[in-house]
Amino acid sequence: MRLDRVIGTGVCAALVLLCITQGRMFAAGQWATSSPSSASSIPASMLLQPEDLNRLLAAPGPESPLILQVGSRVLFAQAHIPKSEYAGPGAQDAGAQMLRNRVANLPHKTFIVLYCGCCPWNRCPNVGPAYKLLLDMGFTNVKVLYLAENFGADWANKGFPVESSH
Amino acid sequence: MGCPTLAASLFLRLRWGLRIFLAAFLAASLAIASAQSPTPARTLINKCAPDFSLQDLSGRALRLRTYRGQVVLLNFWATWCAPCQLEMPVFSAWQHQYGPQGFAIIGISMDDDTAPARRLVEQLRLDYPNAMGDARLGMRYGGVLGLPLTFLIDRNGVVRARFQGETDTITIEKKVQVLLGGPHP
Repeated sequence: MRLDRVIGTGVCAALVLLCITQGRMFAAGQWATSSPSSASSIPASMLLQPEDLNRLLAAPGPESPLILQVGSRVLFAQAHIPKSEYAGPGAQDAGAQMLRNRVANLPHKTFIVLYCGCCPWNRCPNVGPAYKLLLDMGFTNVKVLYLAENFGADWANKGFPVESSH
Repeated sequence: MGCPTLAASLFLRLRWGLRIFLAAFLAASLAIASAQSPTPARTLINKCAPDFSLQDLSGRALRLRTYRGQVVLLNFWATWCAPCQLEMPVFSAWQHQYGPQGFAIIGISMDDDTAPARRLVEQLRLDYPNAMGDARLGMRYGGVLGLPLTFLIDRNGVVRARFQGETDTITIEKKVQVLLGGPHP
């Protein structure tokens, strides 16, 4: 009888512990799971660090990417990566259509780099939808410039090249 | 003495030839500078806040210069900026709390279109003037290359603080309180 009680208590304790850990994992999963179109949903392997893009810009060649800014037009007008084009905002229908039109006639293997830099990475409403759009269109060589805080802090103020439309 | 008058008085004391040379040199320098990237915004600290004349979203004239004598919080925002929407109601509450001490807030929307900006201002019931900004104004403030962006301007029209990105509003408020407690012009 005593052994049964010990086993029973142990089983109950194990079940309680299991419920707690699974609950925590579920909750963490809920927080960690990003929406399909958020910036956080972009795989890390598809991100390009500013220094790496700067190296590509410094050594132009046949593999040079098409760089598209998919954020704010006003921000783009003030400063943007040289030779980049405006094709946004990615979060809005009109911006998505602009992006769609820009790439419609390009081979799906075209090397494309998207960026925004409107706000902190995990708050950006534009790069995620833009990236997903290109994937859905069949593009296979798309990278996204990782700007942790914004374009000013992570690109312009670090001395990387910019040009202005203004 | 206000921000622009000292330079003007010095210029008037120079001989004509030197005045012309300096004017030409300054014009050339400005032309070169305008072709370059935006001046880093940190250089605005302790400098006169660039004046601007706009029409706010209610159609009223909005000129920064008319706010001399008040501490001004100048906030650049946009409807697609989630952190902006969190802090703007806080700013609106400060307008009520600190307004009697000579505190004023000006919001500048960096949206591409007016309609969504106007809708958000109405939705948030902001009790301070908001106007539409553009690239020219952004570049005069060192480049608004990320949002939110907030400047604190003292009673003499001098920029005393700059807050880029998500900032704990308590930090901003402490600086506001310091400036409110400072000398009146």
